[in-house]
Amino acid sequence: MVDVKVQNVSKSYEKGKVLALNEVSFEVEKGELFGLIGPDGAGKTSLFRILTTLIDFDQGEASVLSFDVNKDLKKIRKEVGYMPGRFSLYQDLTVEENLEFFATIFNTSIEENYDLVREIYVQIEPFKDRKAGKLSGGMKQKLALCCALIHRPKVLFLDEPTTGVDTVSRKEFWEMLKRLKEQEITILVSTPYMDEAMLCERIALIQHGSIMSIDSPKGIISKYPDPLYGIKSADMSRLLRLLQDQERVKSANSFGEYHHVSLVEPDSANMDRLLDSLRMEGLEQLEMKPIKPSIEDCFIHLMKEQHGETSH
Amino acid sequence: MTQFFSFIRKEFYHVFRDSKTLLMLFGLPIAQILLFGFALSNEIKDSRIVISDLSRDEGSRKVIEKLSASEHFIVTRSDLSPREIEAAFKKGDIKLAVLFPARFGEDLQHLGSASIQVIGDASDPNTSNTLITYLTGIVQDFQSQNRRSPGSAPLINVETRMLYNPELKGSTNYVPGVLALVLMLVCVLMTSVSIVREKEMGTMEVLLVSPLNPVLLVISKAVPYFALSLVNLAVILILSSTLLDMPLHGSLVLLVALSSLFILTCLAVGLLISNSTGSQQMAMLISLMGMLIPTMLFTGFMFPLENMPWALRAISNIIPSKWYYIIVKSIMIKGLGFSAIWKESLILFIMMLALMAISFKRFKVRLT
Repeated sequence: MVDVKVQNVSKSYEKGKVLALNEVSFEVEKGELFGLIGPDGAGKTSLFRILTTLIDFDQGEASVLSFDVNKDLKKIRKEVGYMPGRFSLYQDLTVEENLEFFATIFNTSIEENYDLVREIYVQIEPFKDRKAGKLSGGMKQKLALCCALIHRPKVLFLDEPTTGVDTVSRKEFWEMLKRLKEQEITILVSTPYMDEAMLCERIALIQHGSIMSIDSPKGIISKYPDPLYGIKSADMSRLLRLLQDQERVKSANSFGEYHHVSLVEPDSANMDRLLDSLRMEGLEQLEMKPIKPSIEDCFIHLMKEQHGETSH
Repeated sequence: MTQFFSFIRKEFYHVFRDSKTLLMLFGLPIAQILLFGFALSNEIKDSRIVISDLSRDEGSRKVIEKLSASEHFIVTRSDLSPREIEAAFKKGDIKLAVLFPARFGEDLQHLGSASIQVIGDASDPNTSNTLITYLTGIVQDFQSQNRRSPGSAPLINVETRMLYNPELKGSTNYVPGVLALVLMLVCVLMTSVSIVREKEMGTMEVLLVSPLNPVLLVISKAVPYFALSLVNLAVILILSSTLLDMPLHGSLVLLVALSSLFILTCLAVGLLISNSTGSQQMAMLISLMGMLIPTMLFTGFMFPLENMPWALRAISNIIPSKWYYIIVKSIMIKGLGFSAIWKESLILFIMMLALMAISFKRFKVRLT
């Protein structure tokens, strides 16, 4: 069963001047953990707001739980849970008061669905009398997730839930999402962190309002066209400049410890020639090895490909 | 229903946990009523006057006694020559000089009429006007007490008549005005800010994506401020009757009922403002500029509407506080019943319905 269906949805702001979404289409199956991966300004929040019936769009069709997002606002609002990108709870209310308030707003009580939020709530329960505004970033996100879950929604929309959260809390957060999947809740999550993409079942890479690719994370990686090498030296920034000037280098990007490089003719001879010419430039401690592409590599590749298409 | 009560409880949490809101809610009305009642009154007390009595008979002595007893005047010196009086005026020692001609008492007794000469310092025309009005009132009071028989002609001819406020007390004029001003401010400002805050904090987004009925949302926003405004009304009424000797000649029930109507009208204005603004600052600015200034200008308690050009008078008709001011004055000071003010009440009621209808209709169930 398809829980979320988006067909050729376009949305522009400021009377058509700014195109936020450009003919976006995708489907999310029931019980799926679906990720929208893209940088800030890619159109993720607009898409979430369209699906949660908060904003209008210019063309296309979208439905949640088979309800039209433009016509059946009330029905959709009853069945979904939404956690906006910005912390959107009452800062002057305590943890418990917030949860209680959102439970009653959804015509339910904490007791009724406690089993669903228990695992998350026990972590913030020691602070239940603290004002929500005084919680740490990770705690805030956990509380917001509790509030979005308290009415046992069928579809959960999480807009950048891990932005501004420390690494440990981010990891915990994703583990919680995996457990929620067992409750058959369909989850749509967006994130600008490429490493989190691997934790989703299927992802859509989105950039400048267009979806570049939809597949499982493994599927997206397997579509990466060229063998990829990691290369490092003592002077990383000079190395990157030199790599980008080389004719036999197809692409070179900085990725932490190694620069990721793909070659025009990826054979060992070409690789040796590249290393030789770099040594000639005086670079020391050169090291090059084949590596597996990451989602970020795929993203950059797709981005360049798309950009190339539009500029021709 | 639990939704509704839970929402209202939440609103009260917001109010009572924010010291700034509390201060504005209760500090502002108290400060205003005290300021307008005491400090900013246009009442003039303890003005120094001189009296020159050339007749020195029973009639003049009685009038002088009455003048000296008034809290408005301090009779400093008497029996000055015209030259000395002029000198005293020039020095600024005195505000008013009262001259009784020779044979004042005799004229009063036998001819049935007499005159007093009053000299005012017209370099400050407003003050001397007010003082002369006070004086005329006192003389008139004297005359009515000494009237020999009901049908006889007045002894001292004074044209001025001061209805309802014979002592010309300032607070009787200000309290209804401040009442209108404070209720307007508190209701409009608080309601508009409270809804806009939800938009600003992003909580509106979450509320909208919930089964909560938008009408319920708007009503739950209005209810706490309605209750708090009633508390405010009580505070103002108690303060004005205990501290400012404000009379309440009419029915208290009627006053509270019509005040509630006015509060509802103001809440509707607040809801309307909140629907059209996106930030708390903007809401505050519109509430203050759009409400405070017109209320001050067009209510009639600071600047008499009768003196305004017709265009401004026409504008004043759409200001709810103008009608409320008339209602409060009629009930508190004149002691009139509903039959005398049903027109004003009806106008307020129609305004309230229209504003409520517009703000419910304009409430956006989506983000824009």
